This record gives sequence, structure tokens and C-alpha cells, in this order.
Amino acid sequence: MDSSFSDSRSFEATNLSCIRDDRILFEGLNFKLNNHQVLLLEGKNGCGKTSLLRIICGFREQDEGEMFWCDTALKESEYYSEMAYVGHLDGVKQELTVLENLKMSLALSRPGDYSIEQVLDKVHLAGYDDSLVQSLSAGQKRRLSLARLLITKNSLWILDEPFTSIDKQGIKLIESLMHEHVSNGGMIILTSHHDLVLHEADVQKIDLSACH
Amino acid sequence: MSIIPAPIVRFYHRTASPPHFYSLANKLLPWLVGIFILLAGAGLYGGLYLAPTDYQQGDSYRIIYIHVPAAWMSLFIYVIMAVMGAISLIWRMKIADVVLISSAPIGASFTFIALVTGSLWGKPMWGTWWVWDARLTSELILLFLYLGVISLYGAIEDKRTASRAVAILALVGVVNIPIIHYSVQWWNTLHQGPTVAKMDKPSIHIDMLIPLLLMATAFKFYYAIAMLQVAKVEILKREQNMQWVKKLVETKA
Amino acid sequence: MSLVSAFFAIIRRDLILAFRRRAEIANPIFFFIIVVTLFPLGVGANPKLLQAMAPGIIWVSALLAVMLSLDSLFRSDFDDGSLEQMLLSSHPLTVLVFAKIIAHWMVTGLPLLVVAPLLAIFLGLPEQALGTLLLTLVLATPVLSLIGSIGVSLTVGLRRGGMIISLLVLPLYIPVLIFASNAVEMAGNGLAVDAQINILIAIFFMSAVLAPLPAAAALKMSVN
Repeated sequence: MDSSFSDSRSFEATNLSCIRDDRILFEGLNFKLNNHQVLLLEGKNGCGKTSLLRIICGFREQDEGEMFWCDTALKESEYYSEMAYVGHLDGVKQELTVLENLKMSLALSRPGDYSIEQVLDKVHLAGYDDSLVQSLSAGQKRRLSLARLLITKNSLWILDEPFTSIDKQGIKLIESLMHEHVSNGGMIILTSHHDLVLHEADVQKIDLSACH
Repeated sequence: MSIIPAPIVRFYHRTASPPHFYSLANKLLPWLVGIFILLAGAGLYGGLYLAPTDYQQGDSYRIIYIHVPAAWMSLFIYVIMAVMGAISLIWRMKIADVVLISSAPIGASFTFIALVTGSLWGKPMWGTWWVWDARLTSELILLFLYLGVISLYGAIEDKRTASRAVAILALVGVVNIPIIHYSVQWWNTLHQGPTVAKMDKPSIHIDMLIPLLLMATAFKFYYAIAMLQVAKVEILKREQNMQWVKKLVETKA
Repeated sequence: MSLVSAFFAIIRRDLILAFRRRAEIANPIFFFIIVVTLFPLGVGANPKLLQAMAPGIIWVSALLAVMLSLDSLFRSDFDDGSLEQMLLSSHPLTVLVFAKIIAHWMVTGLPLLVVAPLLAIFLGLPEQALGTLLLTLVLATPVLSLIGSIGVSLTVGLRRGGMIISLLVLPLYIPVLIFASNAVEMAGNGLAVDAQINILIAIFFMSAVLAPLPAAAALKMSVN
């Protein structure tokens, strides 16, 4: 199966700054992400990692600076049909089954290269199709929210602490999924406390504690 | 943007920056206060001494010199708030947010004054403090709309988010006000009790009209004065970490 | 996937959720019935008085029932992150919000249509007014959901938005209350109600077109 992103994509941020409660979290932040690249945001708690991700998603408005998708301003670009976000909140419904949840994600986005069964297999949730999400464990829920990244077609993944509430095997799984995504030409922006093991991947690091 | 001449755009951007607005407000305030005192003095003198006594209502009608301008202001300020809301949502202008939220308590006060004076006026006319008259009812609903804006702003902690919220609410409100007004009038004509005399528009004598217009203009100036003062405080609060505010505090201290 | 399928997927999902949660459908109806029951207890069981008050009682109760149900419109989506995902969708948010409002109406407004005529009979509303009552409910309960969506969108991010939402939404409900209850009252007296119905139709279309816009803008503001 060829799931590579043949066109070149890029995400660029220039001179970003964020002020929260009269405190400058970061300012003058510049970065550019191309195909096959990973951006890892580091720094202490409360230094603005999540705020930056929420700015990148467009939830929060930056206080200064601009962002571009393939050299076009974010709002005028195809950005939102090319990105996927997994944050602190799972974005899955407790009272729906695994399958119903994934179908909903699919309806909001473009279908990717994998079928729902293939994806469930990949995140080790095969056979859980008709289980209600409320009966799943925390780790399984996490994997379900990651399954959303695979069933839809996205070149940019935005992940906020993807390794929380997940066991060692799960971590390995996520790393392998990320690796596969990047080697297919995808991009990832993430925050993580966990030391990232991504061999042969082009990882940029930004320490937000140093961006004052 | 090319339709608007460059100097106007420049003026617009300059006034839009908080420090400029702050110093502009400082410069304007003494003038506004002076004009207000002149207008209000003339209006009150004309209204309370020169204007003839009404042959039906006696002297009690003189409350219109407060009631009517206050009622006009209550609507006027809501429209200003909606305009500021639109400016803030479209051009992301910080000053528009400040003017919007600074206007809300003033508008609510005018609405409250219009209600109280209306009720005081109603007592000798209708023999009761409150009558579900169309205009008074509309005014009461307008007060609810103001209170909604004020409490929504107070409830949201992040003031930038709160400004966005009240901008949206003010716009929604201004679209609804004509509909509410029309529906209340409809309701009033249908449910009008036979004992209640309608507060109909009297053909007003010119000696009564001039003081009324003077008072209405004076109230506009009063609004400008009060709003600018609230806005100044609001600007200082919002920009307390900026260099220009720190400098200002140092020179004052 | 296409916008149309996203639109129907949202309606379908919200209906499934409401069905699985049950209480979401049942609570507004129970509330409606209880409030209507309180009126005879409060003002006395004089049939003439109740008959005169019936349109107002039913409409005020319907207003309150819908208002109390509004919180369910975006609350769970906000809490579990589904709202974030909706915002990130490449589909226009106004359309998705519109789908949610339709689902909300089907869950809360539609059941009122079934219960209201029954309660109207309890209150002694003349039978000739029942048709008009149903018609006003069909036209005006969607308006309550539509206008209410603006209020909830503005307050969904607040931990205690409950009291504020009544202050935001109820004044905007006043035109609906006036025209709808007046139509029912006039119909009870055997008078023509074309004007009221036409105005309600106008309000219905206006709010259907306009309300999702500020609601979507307010949701973007709430997910901050």
C-alpha cells in the first residue's frame, strides 16, 4: 500500500508570540517543517507547549506572528483538510461504540488509505468494533483516539503528550506509527515528556523555556 | 482600503492604539465636561423654569427632561456597543472592545434611570407605579439585554475571550431589539386594558422642545465623559505590563 | 467526505447519543409537565382563569423547558473534545452547528409537540385552538433551539453558565412567546391568526439562516 504524500508540504511559523494572563509565554518563535520532519516541543510545565499547539490548531489566536501552510496563509490554505490533532481530550464519545466513533471522525474529514478494520488492527483494537468506548481502558481509549490519525488522510499530525496513560507496548506502537508516517512523507508536531525514539527521522527540537 | 483616504486610515490606526487613545481621552475630557455643564445648565434652566406648565399634567411632566433623554440614550448606547462589537470582530481593534465594555454599565444605568423616571411619572398619571406599557416593557427588556452583556463579560475570566463573547452578544442583541420592540408593541395594543390611559405623544410646545433637545445633547456628552473615564481605567488594567503604562505610573508617583 | 454526509452523520450521532442517554429526552418533558401542573396549584383551579391563561402557561413552560435543555447541546462535546474535532474539520462550522441544532430540536422540541396538546386539554384550552397550538409549536420550538444555540455557545466554556444563559436567552425568546401564545389565544376565541403565523414563519426562517453564524463564532471563542 502506497500511502506516501507525494506533493511537498510545509508548515511555517514566523515570529509567533503568545501572551497569557499578562505573562509572555514565548515570543519571536520561528520554525519551518517540511515533509519527513518532526518538531518536538520541549520545556517545563506551563511554558506554553500546549498553548503553542492550540495556536497551531487555530483554537487560540496568536498575539503576534503568522503561520503558513505550503507558503499560503493558514486560513486561505487547505490546511484543515491536511491536519489532525490529538490533544488532552480524547475527542471520542463514551456512549458510542468504537466503530461509530471512527465513522464520525471519517465523516468530518477525508478518508485515508486504510480501512477501519486495518486501522483497528494497527492500533491493537481489532475485535472491539462494537464495544462501547466507556468499557475500554484508558490505554485503549488513547489508542482509539490515535486511530483517528490513520483512518483519515492527513499529512500533518499534531499530538499533545501522546504517550500519557499508555503502557510500554503502547509507546512502542505509537513510535512505530509515527515512524511510518514520517517515512511516508508526513509531518508531526508534538509535545512529549517521554524521550522520543525515532531512528532516521529528522527531528527538530524547540525548547520553549528558552523562548522568553 | 483604497476607498478611504490615507490620512483617515492613519488617524484611525493612531487612535486605535491604546496609549494614543489614552492621551486623546485626557485631552478631550476637560472640553467635554465644559460643554456638558453648559448644555445641561441651559437645558435644566429652560426645562424647569422657562418652559410653561402643562395644562393637563401640571409640573409633573417636567420629569421628561430626564426620562426621555435617558430612554434615547439607552438605545443609542446599545447601538454604539453593537458597532464597536462589529469593529472588534472584523478588525480586531482593542479599543473597540474597551469602548464596548465601558459603555455597558453606563447604558444599563441610563436604562434604569429611564425605567425609574417612567415609573415616577406614571404614578400621578396612572395612579400606579408600574403599568405594562409598551415603551416601559421594551425598556425593561433592554435592561435585561444590558445585564446579559455585563454578566457574560464578568463570568469569562480571560478578558480577551470575554471581549469576543460580548461583541457577538451585542450584535445578536442589536438584531433582536427591533423585533422585540415590534413584538412588544403588538402585544401591548392587543392586551391594552380599558382603564389604562395611553401615554400618547403630545404635540410638544416649542418652549418645552428646546430644553428637551438641549438635555438630550447634554446626555450624549455625559455618556462620552463617563465612557472615556471607564475606558481609561480599563485600558490601564489591560495594558498594565506595557512600557507606556509603567512610565505613566512612574511620572505620577 | 462530503459536507452533506458530515451533516447527516452529526444528526445521526446526536440522536444515537440522546437515545442511549435517555434522560436527555425525558427530562425536558417531565419538566414541562411539572411546570404546567404547578400553575393550577398556584393560581387556583378556576376553569375560566385556567382557560384564559392556558396559551401563556404552555408557552412559558415550553420556553423554560427548552432553555433548560440547551446545556446538553454542546456540553458533552466541549468536555470530551469532540467540539475541538468539529472545529478542525475542513467543513464549515456553521453547517455542522446547524446539524447539531436540528438534532437538539428533534430530541427536545419534538417531544413537546406530543405532550403540549394533552396538557392544553387539561387546562381547558378550546379544541379549536389545538391545531394552532401545534402549528405554533412546529414553527417556534426550532426557533428556541436556534436562538438558544447562541447562548450556549457563548457560555459552554464556563463552569457555571446555567444562570447566565437564562439572562442571555430569555429576552431573545420574548417575540416568540408573544406571537405564539397570542396566536393560540386568538384561535381559542375563533379569530384569524394568519398575521401571527406569518410572523412566526418569518422569525423561523430568519433565525434558521442567521443563528448558526454567531453560534459558530461563539464556539470558536469558547474553545480557546
